[in-house]
Amino acid sequence: MAYPMYEVDWSVLPPEQNRRFNPAFNIATIKQVVNEAIERVRMPTPTRLRDLIRQIRAARTAAEERSVVNKECAYIRSTFREEDSVWRCRNIAKLLYIHMLGYPAHFGQLECLKLIASPRFTDKRVGYLGAMLLLDERQDVHLLITNCLKNDLNSNTQFVVGLALCTLGAIASPEMARDLASEVERLIKSPNAYIKKKAALCAFRIIRRVPDLMEMFLPATRSLLTEKNHGVLITGVTLITEMCENSPDTLNHFKKIVPNLVRILKNLILAGYSPEHDVSGVSDPFLQVKILRLLRILGKNDAEASEAMNDILAQVATNTETSKNVGNTILYETVLSIMDIKSESSLRVLAINILGRFLLNNDKNIRYVALNTLLRTVHVDTSAVQRHRTTILECLKDPDVSIRRRAMELSFALMNSQNIRAMMKELLSFLERSDAEFKAHCSSAMVLAAERYAPSSKWHLDTLFRLLLKAGNYLRDDTVSSTIQIISAAPTERQAYAAMRLWTSLERSAVSGDATEKQPLVQVAAWTVGEYGDLLVSEASNAISMVDEDGVDDFVRPTEEYVIDIYQKLLWSTQLSITTKEYLLLSLAKLSTRFTTRPSQDKIRVIIDTFGSHIHIELQQRGVELSQLYRQYAHLRPALLERMPAMEAPSGGARDDSDPETDAPLDSSHDAPHHRTDQDALLDLIIGSEPMSNGDAEHETPPPATNNNTSTSNDILDLLSGLDLSTPSVTAPAPTPVTNSVPASNLLLDGLFSTPQPTAPTGAQTETRVSALERNGLRVEFVVARGSAPGSATLTMRAASSARAALTDFLFQAAVPRVSTHTTSHTCHLAISTRSTFRCFWVLRSSWY
Amino acid sequence: MMQFMLLFSRQGKLRLQKWYVAHPDKLKKKITRELITTVLARKPKMCSFLEWKDVKVVYKRYASLYFCCAMEQEDNELLTLELIHRYVELLDKYFGSVCELDIIFNFEKAYFILDELVLGGELQETSKKNVLKAIAAQDLLQEEETPQGFFEDHGLG
Repeated sequence: MAYPMYEVDWSVLPPEQNRRFNPAFNIATIKQVVNEAIERVRMPTPTRLRDLIRQIRAARTAAEERSVVNKECAYIRSTFREEDSVWRCRNIAKLLYIHMLGYPAHFGQLECLKLIASPRFTDKRVGYLGAMLLLDERQDVHLLITNCLKNDLNSNTQFVVGLALCTLGAIASPEMARDLASEVERLIKSPNAYIKKKAALCAFRIIRRVPDLMEMFLPATRSLLTEKNHGVLITGVTLITEMCENSPDTLNHFKKIVPNLVRILKNLILAGYSPEHDVSGVSDPFLQVKILRLLRILGKNDAEASEAMNDILAQVATNTETSKNVGNTILYETVLSIMDIKSESSLRVLAINILGRFLLNNDKNIRYVALNTLLRTVHVDTSAVQRHRTTILECLKDPDVSIRRRAMELSFALMNSQNIRAMMKELLSFLERSDAEFKAHCSSAMVLAAERYAPSSKWHLDTLFRLLLKAGNYLRDDTVSSTIQIISAAPTERQAYAAMRLWTSLERSAVSGDATEKQPLVQVAAWTVGEYGDLLVSEASNAISMVDEDGVDDFVRPTEEYVIDIYQKLLWSTQLSITTKEYLLLSLAKLSTRFTTRPSQDKIRVIIDTFGSHIHIELQQRGVELSQLYRQYAHLRPALLERMPAMEAPSGGARDDSDPETDAPLDSSHDAPHHRTDQDALLDLIIGSEPMSNGDAEHETPPPATNNNTSTSNDILDLLSGLDLSTPSVTAPAPTPVTNSVPASNLLLDGLFSTPQPTAPTGAQTETRVSALERNGLRVEFVVARGSAPGSATLTMRAASSARAALTDFLFQAAVPRVSTHTTSHTCHLAISTRSTFRCFWVLRSSWY
Repeated sequence: MMQFMLLFSRQGKLRLQKWYVAHPDKLKKKITRELITTVLARKPKMCSFLEWKDVKVVYKRYASLYFCCAMEQEDNELLTLELIHRYVELLDKYFGSVCELDIIFNFEKAYFILDELVLGGELQETSKKNVLKAIAAQDLLQEEETPQGFFEDHGLG
């Protein structure tokens, strides 16, 4: 595409365009002016920018505004079609205003380029402004603008160069960055500070866009720090910071500038008042903060560099005036640096004390920053942060959502087995009154914390029950299965206790009508009451103390009929999800063998029969199948509906003290908790012969929390499940939540009829180890172990990366012979960080029938 | 690094927008709309920071105008407040006790000033004097080339 503007020969333009202010009046010029004036009276001038703004603002309705804008846009478009460029600058300026109001203005893009190519500074100024506002990286006009920029970067006027650099910094696409990097590099070496600073920031943006281009800027960069001009200094520090974050080699290269940085910082602090850079008594806080941040990066994990900056950090921390925001800004940055580098312990105490003061500050902003910093430093010194626990818990009650969010995350980071009881209490009441956006994240973090630090299993159960009550539908659905697993593995007395406790909650929700908001609770309660209904209604329940933490015993032993009435009420409710009803229906069937009196048996049968004609196919099938247990197969009923054997604890989520993750505090990065829960969820599903979890995985609307799981988004989980008659083959592409990828094939009764329990993957007897791949630092090996049940095998894939860079796009595909398998499940988690191993867990079971 | 800066009125009208990251127009509009609503819904006593999507929004109200910057997670929030304040001071010096109308009618000037303060999302000049000097010199360049003829209205008007 030819670029039109270069073909314009300016000397032959119409007179209006060549008109310049000429002090020497002569007849010819007067004549020309008069002629032009006449010309202009004939052809009215376009509306002025300010007049247009006035007109638009005078519009009383949106429709009126639209009509003014449309009229003007139509006019502007028509002038664009003419090659006349006198009013182009004004028209673009108007268009930019119209653009800000939200109207389309893309048709001005090419006109901006024409303005940029004009020799007039006014045109260039407005043209570049328009380019920054109307173009973005995706535009194909970029080829054209690259040429204009190249010209202007070579201009003799510093302001023209400045405009070009500013535009390049704002809209540089990778191609533009490559094309113009050498120009920018040349300008960094310019003696003119005005150009130098802009070029340095341009280089910063270019490196951001195209990290490969960093090398060429290295030689010019270091000298930036020798300048006196603060603009050059701050842009230089910014550029170096970016380079250091970009590559470890560059970071090492710049270690030697630590003394220079310390000297600059020292001069800033010690220098007397300089009006040019003073901000409420602090000398250039902008530059100070940038230097402190670069020092932090340079001093991290480097004892020598840290040593060199210890003194200056102490000086900044003690000498900075804290009555104003500026002072606190610098202290905040200093604290971060102190905590990040290998600083002396006395300095760390000082830093934590500063944060303590921040936490008590009246200014909300300072409090927010304090919480934020504590969260970032909690891994360095937990005990020091623990001292502020009361204040932090107090912040949970703050009306400001930003502060609450920080306080919540910090609370989770501070939890340990000593303070879990008190913390959990606070967090439970926080959960109750918190906004919807918090509930999912908060409740799943609480589930994890309870699992990790529970002082007793009774406390653990009680906490889970409270969570089920308070988090309602925001609870992740894997909590349902993990709670059920815990109950099923508990001793009989605890099971009775669980049934009683859950019954009380279930009954209350059913009566008050809020069961729809607490479906996970209904599911767990239904399962538990179904399994242990006999314990619930028997005299034996009197022996169990139901006094809760507040000393209240609110349990009333229900009659069999009353239990069934509540079930009926729930089953006939229109708002409960299908999954919840499936839980209830199966639970009710189980109750038919738990409750012994004739009337209750009949009542149950009537309810089940009504589901034989249910509109939902899944429920209908269950209704029909279960009612058969009253007729043709009545003799099978007691055996089929026997109590579930204790379920295996999911190995990833169990409270296992040897697990290295257990000791680590809940990480501030959200990855860690989610990471674990994903694993839990899958492992729960592996054990999923327990009938409830099947429908669960497929039908339940995904809980809001699944959006958060960042940890699984990178790897592609490809699961080719066995094709087994009715089994749908499910292939899960990369970012889908893992829980969805489990084939929900075994319907309710499939699980029921299968008496043998699947063996735990760990119950291996013999192992064969095969190294499958060892290339480029990636090692993959398979461990095949015979399962304890005949015909089953466990195949564990271990992949470890020894590469320094993070492993991305890891794809693991498993193809399974169709005859041999009923269910394939695997969990695959891949830590984003370097050199970590991840496990792929893959269980084949063929012995289900 | 600053991702974008928005100026909007208490009524939610956008007065200035500066983007340092490339987004399609549609997305920019969506972000602007959502952010304006979120910030306007916050009470005056709340803190100036908002974790919003993947950015950290730092905002401050000056009279009828909200100045709102979207920063990256690593950036110093308190310093961003200082940056906003610096920009306001510059506008104030340039216009002489600036008000919302000055920015509406001279929006291009407000952009020019911002472009001398921030480049590519990072602060480029910490001296107020230098910024104003650069702006004044460029305004002068503009004036010099604008014809002062009898029927002058070649400028933006």
